[in-house]
Amino acid sequence: MASQNQSHEETGHTHGSLKSYIIGFVLSIILTIIPLVAVLNDLFNRSTTIAVILVTAALQFLVQLIFFMHIREEDKPRYNLISLIFAVLILLTIVIGSIWIMTYNKVAI
Amino acid sequence: MAQAHSHSHSHDHGHHDQESLKQFGFWLFMITDVILFATLFATFIVLRDNTASGPVGADLIEMNGIIISTFILLTSSFTSGLALLSMNKGDKRGLILWLAVSALLGLSFIYLEVNEFIHLVHEGAKISTSAYWSAFYTLVGTHGLHVSIGIVWMTAIIIQLAKRGITPVTKRKVNIISLYWHFLDAVWIFVFSLVYLMEVM
Repeated sequence: MASQNQSHEETGHTHGSLKSYIIGFVLSIILTIIPLVAVLNDLFNRSTTIAVILVTAALQFLVQLIFFMHIREEDKPRYNLISLIFAVLILLTIVIGSIWIMTYNKVAI
Repeated sequence: MAQAHSHSHSHDHGHHDQESLKQFGFWLFMITDVILFATLFATFIVLRDNTASGPVGADLIEMNGIIISTFILLTSSFTSGLALLSMNKGDKRGLILWLAVSALLGLSFIYLEVNEFIHLVHEGAKISTSAYWSAFYTLVGTHGLHVSIGIVWMTAIIIQLAKRGITPVTKRKVNIISLYWHFLDAVWIFVFSLVYLMEVM
């Protein structure tokens, strides 16, 4: 049991390797450059550009979580992941809810 | 210290619960910080058309500086990860070196941000100019404040590491600051995307 625990400490809890950090860094750079090129060169129309910006930002957030914050390596029970999902839920409620409400506010004006 | 030595065989487990609990406490703080930033982002998005016939970001923002600071913060997130790797190898010099590099990159990010704010104010975009600029300065400034606190904190940890070396306690502190630093980079991604990129497109 103890040795099992030990080996788990070594494999599951190393908190990343140089490889995972480099992959994360390279992916982040690529995901920063894509929307930048799209915006500065006016590659797409307005709504496509917004979609590109939002998708690359969300992907980059995932890259940070997986390759830098090692959210996947957490032991069960996964309190970190659960509380993060809670935060994202509140975040989306606040942001999308505010946009929704204030859109109708603008119509009233 | 003595405790850490006597426990060296099993300290991974004995300290693990205490230290990982503290680390989880910090994670919960970051969750609340996410909600703080959510409100600031919502405010900015909602108020972005309320410019009071004043200047807007698209007129004044200089993207070159923003692009440079984005890559600086990205690199600094990466180097704070390298600090963690050095720590796991027990390499105190490497750990302090990479933390110092991260703090310096953070410092240059703040330098660029302050310069940008000064430039904007000179162009007539003060925090009181319009709802747009109030929301802009509050959002971007709150992120900058977080980075500034992180720099001071990182410096304190570097001093502690130099004095006490890598112990379970300093290890936990480095884990936490590195988490915080990644978190600030993640927030900046959204500032960069939702404020700057959407403004200049």
